[in-house]
Amino acid sequence: MNISRRQMLILLPAAAVAWESVLAGTPESSPNYKMTDHWWSMLIDISKCIGCGNCVRACQSENDVPDGFFRTWVERYHVTDWHLENPEVISPDGGKEGFPAVKEDDNGKYFFVPKLCNQCADSPCTQVCPVGATFISPDGVVLIDQTYCLGCAYCVQACPYGCRYIHPQKKVADKCTLCYHRITKGLTTACCEACPTGARQLADLKNPKDPIHEFLRTHNVQILKPQMATGAKVFYNDLDGSVR
Amino acid sequence: MSVFKDSGHLFRLAALYAIGTLTFLGIRAFFVPRSFGQYGHYRGAAITEIAAHPIHYAGHQACETCHTDVQEIKKSGMHAQVNCEACHGPLAKHADDPSIQPAKLDTAVLCVRCHAASAARPKNFPQVAAVDHSNGVPCETCHQPHSPAIGAGGAK
Repeated sequence: MNISRRQMLILLPAAAVAWESVLAGTPESSPNYKMTDHWWSMLIDISKCIGCGNCVRACQSENDVPDGFFRTWVERYHVTDWHLENPEVISPDGGKEGFPAVKEDDNGKYFFVPKLCNQCADSPCTQVCPVGATFISPDGVVLIDQTYCLGCAYCVQACPYGCRYIHPQKKVADKCTLCYHRITKGLTTACCEACPTGARQLADLKNPKDPIHEFLRTHNVQILKPQMATGAKVFYNDLDGSVR
Repeated sequence: MSVFKDSGHLFRLAALYAIGTLTFLGIRAFFVPRSFGQYGHYRGAAITEIAAHPIHYAGHQACETCHTDVQEIKKSGMHAQVNCEACHGPLAKHADDPSIQPAKLDTAVLCVRCHAASAARPKNFPQVAAVDHSNGVPCETCHQPHSPAIGAGGAK
């Protein structure tokens, strides 16, 4: 075969483009789950949380979270009327093994606040990632590509809610995935599954039949740190103003 | 005579530039993962990888396909809304292979985890100071965990 220089110059880029499409392969198809049909969020009802720590234990066993680190945890607030702006907050071992007894004859109020990744629609953590290792999936869950993460921890500092940590063995960022491996299979999250009082509810904002729409219309629902404009999608019912 | 004197220099420069560009594109194609940019500035395949993680909590629907007797006892009782694995723990392995038996539960630990009296708990939630309430008698002597109201019955 005799190819002139001109023909060669035309053929080479054409071959490169062809090879590119071969390497890319066929796109992934999952017939049962369409990412564009969902926009995940969570509803937390403070008035139902009993601080049993079931969610923390469930999360740790579902997601192999290392000891001393938490994708979700429960805080106990103690607010007295002369210290409204400075509540006493404790979360011993994330609330996994319960909480110490409350002080007797104290005029303050106590309540539990479960915390987890707020799955922000405008998340500060994804904006600071220098390599594109953390991102908001098309169904509204903030995820981490742990094979791509450098472990620089910019995102750990950027999260206003303190929901991220560097995994002590993998040395990459880790956080709540809203049990993405479960919700894409039609299950609820491990924490919602284990919550005995229904204080946590997984919700799909794109599903018009989801009870969250009715709940948001009829209850006094807040998000954490609204002044940060993060577009947080974890909604708290009956949240006290002292919660930060 | 050509307008541009010694134009060969320009062609050599252009050729060098073209080679450089091609080399860059080649290296870039090699190092950037295939699915990067599929949905945004990240590796699209990461989503399917995360979705493929194994589950540990089977979900109460899985429990109820076999344990209909327990579901029957539970559904009229106070614990109707408490999912099986809230107390029994993660049992996806048992759901996949029923010959794997779940560990026996200790009501002395489980009941008080939720029902020990605490001023921090919502007032309308049933709570007891265990020592005053039963004086050391195990909870399941009077209460059946699947339907805990006294006299509600239930063999399990």
